Amino acid sequence: MFGLTLVPGLLVFLMLFGLFWKAKAILAVKPIGRLLLSSAWRPSRGEFGLLPFLAGTLAVTVVAMVIAVPISLLTAIYLSEYAPRRLRPIARPVVDLLAGLPSVVFGVWGVLMVVPLVEKLARLFHTYSSGYSILAGGIVLAIMVFPTIIHVAVEVFSSISQELRDAALSLGATKWETVKKVVLRKSGQGIVAAVVLGLSRAFGETMAVLMVVGNIPRVPHSIFDAGYPLPALLANNYGEMMSVPLYDSALMLAALVLLLVVLFFNSLARVILVRAERRAM
Amino acid sequence: MKGNGRQANDQGRGGGQWRRRRAEEGLFRVLMVLSLLVVVGCLTLIVATIIWKGLPALKLSMITQTPKGGYYLGKEGGILNAILGSLYLAGGATFLALLLGLPIVLYLNVYARRFSRLAGFVRFSFDVLWGVPSIVYGAFGFLLMVFFGLRTSLLAGIITVALLELPIMSRAMDEVIRLVPRDLTEASFSLGATRLETAFKVVVRQSLPGILTAVLIAFGRGIGDAASVLFTAGFTDRVPTSLLQPAATLPLAIFFQLGTPFPEVRERAYASAAVLTILILIISLVSRALVRRYTRHTIR
Amino acid sequence: MTEFKTHISIQGLNVNHGRLPILKDITLDIPDKRITVIIGPSGCGKTTLLKSLNRLLDPYDGLEVTGRIMVDDEDIYGPGVEATHIRRKMGLLSQKPQVLPMSIFDNVAFAPRIHGLREKKKLTQTVEHYLRLAGLWDEVKDRLSTPASRLSVGQQQRLCLARGLAAEPEIILGDEPTSALDPQSSQHVERRLLELKSDYTIIVVTHILRQAKRIADYIVFLYLGEVVEHGPAERVFAQPRDPRTKAYLTGEIS
Repeated sequence: MFGLTLVPGLLVFLMLFGLFWKAKAILAVKPIGRLLLSSAWRPSRGEFGLLPFLAGTLAVTVVAMVIAVPISLLTAIYLSEYAPRRLRPIARPVVDLLAGLPSVVFGVWGVLMVVPLVEKLARLFHTYSSGYSILAGGIVLAIMVFPTIIHVAVEVFSSISQELRDAALSLGATKWETVKKVVLRKSGQGIVAAVVLGLSRAFGETMAVLMVVGNIPRVPHSIFDAGYPLPALLANNYGEMMSVPLYDSALMLAALVLLLVVLFFNSLARVILVRAERRAM
Repeated sequence: MKGNGRQANDQGRGGGQWRRRRAEEGLFRVLMVLSLLVVVGCLTLIVATIIWKGLPALKLSMITQTPKGGYYLGKEGGILNAILGSLYLAGGATFLALLLGLPIVLYLNVYARRFSRLAGFVRFSFDVLWGVPSIVYGAFGFLLMVFFGLRTSLLAGIITVALLELPIMSRAMDEVIRLVPRDLTEASFSLGATRLETAFKVVVRQSLPGILTAVLIAFGRGIGDAASVLFTAGFTDRVPTSLLQPAATLPLAIFFQLGTPFPEVRERAYASAAVLTILILIISLVSRALVRRYTRHTIR
Repeated sequence: MTEFKTHISIQGLNVNHGRLPILKDITLDIPDKRITVIIGPSGCGKTTLLKSLNRLLDPYDGLEVTGRIMVDDEDIYGPGVEATHIRRKMGLLSQKPQVLPMSIFDNVAFAPRIHGLREKKKLTQTVEHYLRLAGLWDEVKDRLSTPASRLSVGQQQRLCLARGLAAEPEIILGDEPTSALDPQSSQHVERRLLELKSDYTIIVVTHILRQAKRIADYIVFLYLGEVVEHGPAERVFAQPRDPRTKAYLTGEIS
């Protein structure tokens, strides 16, 4: 049984190693800088610039976070500070259910509702958009990220003692002032961790975004443009992978980059949470 | 400086100030409720849309037949291939993950010292794996396939999804098994039980509902995931009869069939989405009920 | 003893948690500018009584409060009375010092800022004034912008005192304010309270009888949610009228 416990660690190592091994082929031929910064993606001609995909990922993630963070935090504050006692047991399952819905289901809904919405919105702004855009991807992604941020934020808030709130209230602060100046301040780091975890979730999300984002390998210039995030690149092209030389290696490199970014954000969030916990002792 | 002159000052200087503070609070209260409504509204909207689109397509023939008319884009038939394929795949993967994960978690909590360096390292690895996006599991699964010479098949899908489910299941089980008090395991040892016996007869029994919940959660995650099976399980019109055959899955059925110009094929996509959503909802409700029953009996 | 002027008049206060009564029919007059000490065994509702005075029971749903509490001729539980206004009249010192997550300066300046004082110079003067009043100025004057959490527990409690005074209350409430402190800091806080009583009405809850004897002008003995006896401290300690009071004072019940 002892041997089995080594499996998780081994798995992490194997993943990183395996992806790197496959990516080595292309790294040997092209410098990493050019791969990351070139926007020319023409695999049949041997050009593997990853910039459009990095830009696409960044764009979708930023839009998603801009939408998700305020809504999630406000919801979390409401649930933990203001909601009447009867509401709480109903809200929790709702948030959890949202977290459990599969990515493709979000994608279907995105195609049915969000894409036409964005198309109409674009007309309002006097631009043309097919609806399959960064904005659509961002909206769908934001909804998928809500439960992550809300869950962690609510936990952070409930770890603050009621006595601290009482102390602020007894100085004549309104409930909102107590939340603003005491609860949020005290939980600052935890909130940052919640957002970072949300960010990491957004980065790795594949299917839902893929279905609504347009998948055109160009650096997007507006939120109404189509984009092509990194996970979508992987998902769409596994078929052609084997036929074009170095294609599979380029894709594995993309997978490796994705993995490293996500791991980085997760560790960051964990470090912040551990430090905040230690400070509270 | 204190006392009764205070009221006058408060109303005077405080009048406009007070109104501003109240207004700010009022504004944020409205924003907060709106945010909650957005979150709840999205859930209801999504589920409602899926059901609304998918329910009319869920005739009996849809669930009991496989697609006919060639290469899964044929216009007739149903989604039995995807339903059974998903059940086989997720079932197999969950079983494999349980086989691997339960011993590890038991080892951490019964054999090793609970907070030893090894335990910390293993938990850390699980945490790392937990955060890996499913598409990376798919890519890695693909690498394994190539390495072992497997073709896209039920087996390759099972292995990949098992890897995906492993950290999710293990973390959930660890949280529950951790709660088993030291005293209980020590009592078992002092009665002469071996560590193996203690692990399975005492610890597992004590945390059975929690373990079940962990299994359900992992199963729910595994059956709904598309990115991990995209490269590894393939897709097919038929119900797989052997591990080495490719298998259709509900998520991929949705993904592939949504974009066709043929409405009948799209119908299948909606039906798959409805089946998948209903399945996930049932799993969620059952695991909630389990958790509630479980926590009612534990002594805190 | 001379007649006390009443500052707070509690009339028929009942606090229930569902069907479980916590405070039963409390009727009491708290004297103005004196130190009133509420004594009694733990779990008998002392803290609840204290918190009912500044409406800190409000956030806990499930608690039902009936009755009237008159402060300066105003029923603080009356319709349309703002809890924040009431709370401003009363400062609270908790058992475990609750420093706000900000600098020492910002802690003391918290209440004045909320109530509209923004001018830097006036704020600095105010902060200094109240830190002196709490007897903390000399120890912290060089590090006002450092986080308050770095102070020792005794210093933190004095900071909470300064902070509470800066809200310019008329009444100071103390919930076992020295039980978490070392003897020296305890003594310090007690001395401050004695000095402050000439300007503030002070109500302290304690389970330390000797502390009550040291500082009290007026005693309220609370047992199992009821006021068993109350009166001038000297009288209650010397000649307790109720057998339960006698039992508590001699240590038979605790």
